Amino acid sequence: MIVRRPVLYLTLITAALFIYLPLRTNNVLLREDLILVSVSVILASNLNLMIGYTGYVNFGHIVFYGLGGYVGLYLATVWHWPLIVAALGAGVVVSLFALLLGLGILRLRGAYFALATIGILQAVQSFVANFDPWGRSTGMYLSFEVYEPLGGAMRALWITYYLVIGVMALSLILSLGIKISKFGLGLFAIREDEDAAVVLGVNTTVYKAIIYSVSAFLPAVAGTFMYYKNGMIDPSIAFEFIASLEGIVMLMLGGKGTVVGAALGGGLYEKLRSYLLTSPRLSNFHLVIAGGLLLLVILFAPGGLIGWLYSLVPRARKVIE
Amino acid sequence: MTALLEGRGICKRFGGLLAVSDVSFTLNEGEILGLIGPNGAGKTTLFNVVNGVYRSDGGTFAFAGQDITGWPPNKLVHLGMARTHQIVKPLNEMTALDNVTVGACFGRDYLRLRAAHGVAMQVLEQVHMADRANILAKHLTIAGKKRLEIARALAAKPKLLLLDEVLAGLNPTEVAKMLELIRAIRDQGVSIIMIEHLMHAVMNVSDRIMVLNFGLKIAEGKPEEVVRDPAVIEAYLGSADIADKLREVQ
Repeated sequence: MIVRRPVLYLTLITAALFIYLPLRTNNVLLREDLILVSVSVILASNLNLMIGYTGYVNFGHIVFYGLGGYVGLYLATVWHWPLIVAALGAGVVVSLFALLLGLGILRLRGAYFALATIGILQAVQSFVANFDPWGRSTGMYLSFEVYEPLGGAMRALWITYYLVIGVMALSLILSLGIKISKFGLGLFAIREDEDAAVVLGVNTTVYKAIIYSVSAFLPAVAGTFMYYKNGMIDPSIAFEFIASLEGIVMLMLGGKGTVVGAALGGGLYEKLRSYLLTSPRLSNFHLVIAGGLLLLVILFAPGGLIGWLYSLVPRARKVIE
Repeated sequence: MTALLEGRGICKRFGGLLAVSDVSFTLNEGEILGLIGPNGAGKTTLFNVVNGVYRSDGGTFAFAGQDITGWPPNKLVHLGMARTHQIVKPLNEMTALDNVTVGACFGRDYLRLRAAHGVAMQVLEQVHMADRANILAKHLTIAGKKRLEIARALAAKPKLLLLDEVLAGLNPTEVAKMLELIRAIRDQGVSIIMIEHLMHAVMNVSDRIMVLNFGLKIAEGKPEEVVRDPAVIEAYLGSADIADKLREVQ
């Protein structure tokens, strides 16, 4: 039962704090900080469904976020759908796209699957950069009138912030729900030994396609909110390979396969990155640090922070999932 | 007696090698069928074809009266066919209990998680592993991992159990315990096909024995008949002496 899981309450408390803290002091800087943290948590925890739960390394996870942004902005600005409906629409479209794609590429295993996901990222980027309705390589720019239905640009910033926090909470609850379900057990079996899983009765083809599709939904929704808030989107930003790699670093840092680990890794890495990016002497050095960090984690703490915690306190496994 | 599993003219080719060549056999309900033969005779390949890991290149299977030719393993499990692996495949980073729960969840009854936990616990007790339920599978001994393979298969509540060399690598005490377990499983009404190299053990528990050599079935019958068969002595046992000794042991 999910209501008995401490992580559920941890998630709800965190989300409540994220909403309350910037609001109390009307602190816009803190809000902008926290929205980036939330997006990282969303990306890392949905990527975790593939890498941590199912054992399939997706190097192109950012494609869901970028594509979600494109579809959502198109629905919201050209078709004039309300923001939330547009975001959900983007989630559905991108999930269906992932489902079809997954049924094809999930026949591949290990390095071949990973390579295919890089190929998809590049292919989608090229496609969008040549797609007229989405502005080709210039992308799409929103005018200020777009924010009118939300009561102006200032309010729109706050509203999108709350929505992104909501998506973050949903991401963590989804991760937890899957982890403690029969579906999750089947995924773990696939991760540990796919051949054994089939022989034990798991329909691995269907399971893999479903989780690939599920892992696309909330990032696509968050992509709509974020690019709507930013007011613009273009193919080089939306489908940045580095962003995909950073997602993997976050996951390894926090501890793949765990709900809290993915969130912690996402949050910590984002804080580190913004510190490095803004400090005058270390700017653009953050990727070197990310690479070094990944190396250290893989060598000395392959289970990440949470894995390390488990090895110190085995009982923590039952509480910090 | 009614037939539970019937294979007709089974073939499996790997490139130019005919790993299983026109093998036909019948397994009756409640029976233990021993499957022996030299290394590379095609025993494990036959298992892989039976439970759908490999697609056969010819022949048909019927299981409990239903044509199952070309079915994938996961569907066969739902129908009541479970197996163990010669080279154990534990789900390493999961506890023994979770390993067995997977078997119960996706087995014949397709149980919900909670019910599956209960069944998994019962099965672990049956194979005397209840005390190791919460140990990660990778930390079990080899004997433990083999028991885990059986437990996972049993949790699926199979009608047919395919055992692939569950005795290999076990010490004599463990072999005795395992044989006891196999008989107990059969007494619950589960039919068994077992691949085994330990001749006295196979002779001891099998109702019938089938012998493969170079992918061909060269003999089939009651244990004491099979060990006297000249073709079997030449291909597998080595000398008539050994055959005599085996009969004495029995």
